[in-house]
Amino acid sequence: MELLVALMVGVLVAASVHLMLARNVLRFIFGLVLISNAANLTIFVSGRLTPESPPLIPEGATTPVADAANALPQALVLTAIVIGFGLFAFALTLVYRTYQNLGTLNSDEMRLAEPRPAKPARAIETDSKTYIARDTQS
Amino acid sequence: MSWILATPIIIPFATAVLAFLFRHGPEGRWISVLGSAGLLIASVILMVEVLDQGVVAAQMGQWAAPFGITLVADLLSAVMVVITGITGLAVAIYALADVEERKEQLGYHALYQVLLAGVCGAFLTGDLFNLYVWFEVMLISSFGLLILGGQRQQLDGGIKYVTLNLISTILFLSGVGLLYGMTGTLNMADLHGAVQEVENPGLLVVIAVMFMIAFGVKAAVFPLFFWLPASYHTPAISVSAIFAGLLTKVGVYALIRMFTLVFTTDVAYTHTILLWVAGFTMVTGVLGAAAMNDFRRILSFHIVSQIGYMILGLALFTPLALVGAVFYLVHHIIVKANLFLVAGVARRIAGSTELSQIGGLYKTAPLLALLFLIPAFSLAGFPPLSGFWAKFVLIKAALEDGGYVIAAVALIVGLLTIYSMTKIWGNAFWKPHPAGLQPRLSSLPAKDRAALLTPIAALAILTCIIGLFPEPFIQFATRSAEQLLNPEIYVQTVLGAASEATQ
Repeated sequence: MELLVALMVGVLVAASVHLMLARNVLRFIFGLVLISNAANLTIFVSGRLTPESPPLIPEGATTPVADAANALPQALVLTAIVIGFGLFAFALTLVYRTYQNLGTLNSDEMRLAEPRPAKPARAIETDSKTYIARDTQS
Repeated sequence: MSWILATPIIIPFATAVLAFLFRHGPEGRWISVLGSAGLLIASVILMVEVLDQGVVAAQMGQWAAPFGITLVADLLSAVMVVITGITGLAVAIYALADVEERKEQLGYHALYQVLLAGVCGAFLTGDLFNLYVWFEVMLISSFGLLILGGQRQQLDGGIKYVTLNLISTILFLSGVGLLYGMTGTLNMADLHGAVQEVENPGLLVVIAVMFMIAFGVKAAVFPLFFWLPASYHTPAISVSAIFAGLLTKVGVYALIRMFTLVFTTDVAYTHTILLWVAGFTMVTGVLGAAAMNDFRRILSFHIVSQIGYMILGLALFTPLALVGAVFYLVHHIIVKANLFLVAGVARRIAGSTELSQIGGLYKTAPLLALLFLIPAFSLAGFPPLSGFWAKFVLIKAALEDGGYVIAAVALIVGLLTIYSMTKIWGNAFWKPHPAGLQPRLSSLPAKDRAALLTPIAALAILTCIIGLFPEPFIQFATRSAEQLLNPEIYVQTVLGAASEATQ
């Protein structure tokens, strides 16, 4: 069971890295959602998977029965999911506003905060020309 | 006395709620100033307590230590909280004249106070997952502050800031999960003992590197710093200043905490990586600054470069080097926030932060020129200002440790820092204003002038005091470094307090 979950985490991470390498910021955000789920599963599986006994303390006892499921990772995952959901909602709104304002989702075209130098020095002139050519293509 | 530890977190949260309720009137900003003053007072009380007792710990909700959430303050935490109080108050006063009414109505002051609460929480917590939560509190409020106003530049910078920081958070979270799976505990003091008994030390190093990357993004070290120069120059000046002063330093604090308390099992490997990182961070930061032509963008790159010095102190891992790192942290927060505040005043009276579009400040606003020179020289490491002692201790530690190359790098980076400070000086202060303006401080309304200049002057005086009387500060940093290198007291206080709580 642990192996299966571990493999699933691997697949999720691979898929999310693929998404996050895209220039499209929206794809990047989707990649983030996937990878945060992978992180949640990692925490869940680090608490060891014990399918049989729920973490309940029998009446009169002070400790749960032996081999009970570990409740702590579940509490951590729950917290992480809530926080992750909030962050995702924010990130999505931010991307939408950026798209409305800048008219692009391509991260290469987002150069407002760090504009390229207006007058490139003569030595790198050829270089900057190729950059510009590449920009107009995309 | 557990309530003392919680006050630096509760006060900003309470202030945030009040400031939010009164965000439509002028009361909101004064509530923010009062709350920040309250935070400063609480942090000083905490500091006195810590100086008296060494390490102070409290179990929240009376749950015994490895199970519940512990708040701990050793000297490093306490001094970081005090510095948060000082910069928090300075920037809150500055914001009286800097933040527009529209941003106030959108909840600027509430977000600002939540940010302070998150920063204090991160400094005071003794639980790894709780640290993650404080990081999130801090991040979410900083997201809000960064894009408040919604200018196109801000959104552009915001995208980079948000995405890269979220990746670091997820790495941090995965690291927490894996470390828990390996040791069965999340309490940092308990982890100190638990990592010694791990069967597979190789895997532990892998997790250590995960934490290094996660905190490295927050601290903006090479090669993970790209979000910082992309975003720090876009928001309101007060936001830039508090970010520059505090946010990256939380990353540095977390690195120092984890790599002195928990991940010390393979120092030869992890701290060698940190040493290389420190060197490259210093050099790339200062070279980036040399290429920039905007007041705030130069300063942003200098944050990166200065982070390298602090990491250097951690990487050398000798008592003297840690003294240097702690001293550098304190000095840097004050100086850096102050430089951003000066940049804000320059923009107000000269019209821009772009160096080619301003000038003449020395002739017509000599007071501002003086207030710039103090933190700028301190940043570059001129005696007798605070930066000189910080650099002196670190370079001495490097030489004693035989790290001649890294010491040389640190010295050369210091020289290059002077170069960019001279560039700002020459362009913004010496050369005549290109549009023929005569920027004068008297052109500001008297109220604004007081609100803008008082915090700058106070922080500059503090820099001079640290520089002229470094002895008590060095002694303090020495005690703090001793605590960091001998975590037994820290561990005993946390876990000992636990056994008392259960009785």
